[in-house]
Amino acid sequence: MVDDEAEPAGLSRVFAALADPTRRDIVARLATGDATVGELAAPYDVSLQAVSKHIQVLQEAGLVTRSRDAQRRPVHLEAEAFDLMTKWIERYRREAEERYRRLDALLARRQKEEDEDADSA
Amino acid sequence: MRTVPETGPETTIEAVPDLPVVRLVREFAAPPEQVYRAHVDPELVKQWMGPRSVDMDIDVWDLRTGGEYRYTALRDGKAIAHFYGSVHRVWENRKIVQTFGFEEMPEAVSLDTLELEDLGDGRTRLVATSVVDSIEARDAMLASGMETGVVEGYAALDELLERLA
Repeated sequence: MVDDEAEPAGLSRVFAALADPTRRDIVARLATGDATVGELAAPYDVSLQAVSKHIQVLQEAGLVTRSRDAQRRPVHLEAEAFDLMTKWIERYRREAEERYRRLDALLARRQKEEDEDADSA
Repeated sequence: MRTVPETGPETTIEAVPDLPVVRLVREFAAPPEQVYRAHVDPELVKQWMGPRSVDMDIDVWDLRTGGEYRYTALRDGKAIAHFYGSVHRVWENRKIVQTFGFEEMPEAVSLDTLELEDLGDGRTRLVATSVVDSIEARDAMLASGMETGVVEGYAALDELLERLA
């Protein structure tokens, strides 16, 4: 909780961008390949403008980019921004897992001691 | 956001994107009474709670309703952080509600709830929920994992990135 260098602001933007289920869905679909706004909008019952807005939020969070020159301007998922968030969560989880593995070992030790006491009684 | 490992009974973590909450879920091959004991008995707590490279020097560990706890984290004999909190309420063998904070950042506080569910057959599901007061604080909490210097491979993550690439 004391890491000043880790840009919590950037991570917050990523989290905020992913707070919306439609945006999470867009990200999931982009994971399989680039797509145009029109292609992304097709399965939703919302306007092209609404989807554009979602993509803009994702863009501001650094999660997606759009190429400037190509006419179709496909939306591209930026794995690195996603990576930052996933890495932080995964590392936190891993730290907890290590702690709980020590607890596993402690519980197993105590169980064994108890069994031995019961045997000798 | 949920990271679920593919094999084994590993810890799962849940960080709801728009809530300042982090939740850990883990199952243990021991009954709730044992898991509870490992949280309230300071001699047992010392043996597992701190990161491996860190020793816990416990000043107070009074996990009763209205109690408190305070300990210093030591690395190579040197104090690196002073943690403390108030115990709001305990339900023996079932639930502990407490605050969690540290002297180095006294304004950052989380409300931690530990729940133990008896799965029968000598097994327990532990659910640890931390609530902080802002999304930023939640993110800082998640980012704190960066500090521990765990240098391990991130197989699951690498796989995910491969899929994304």
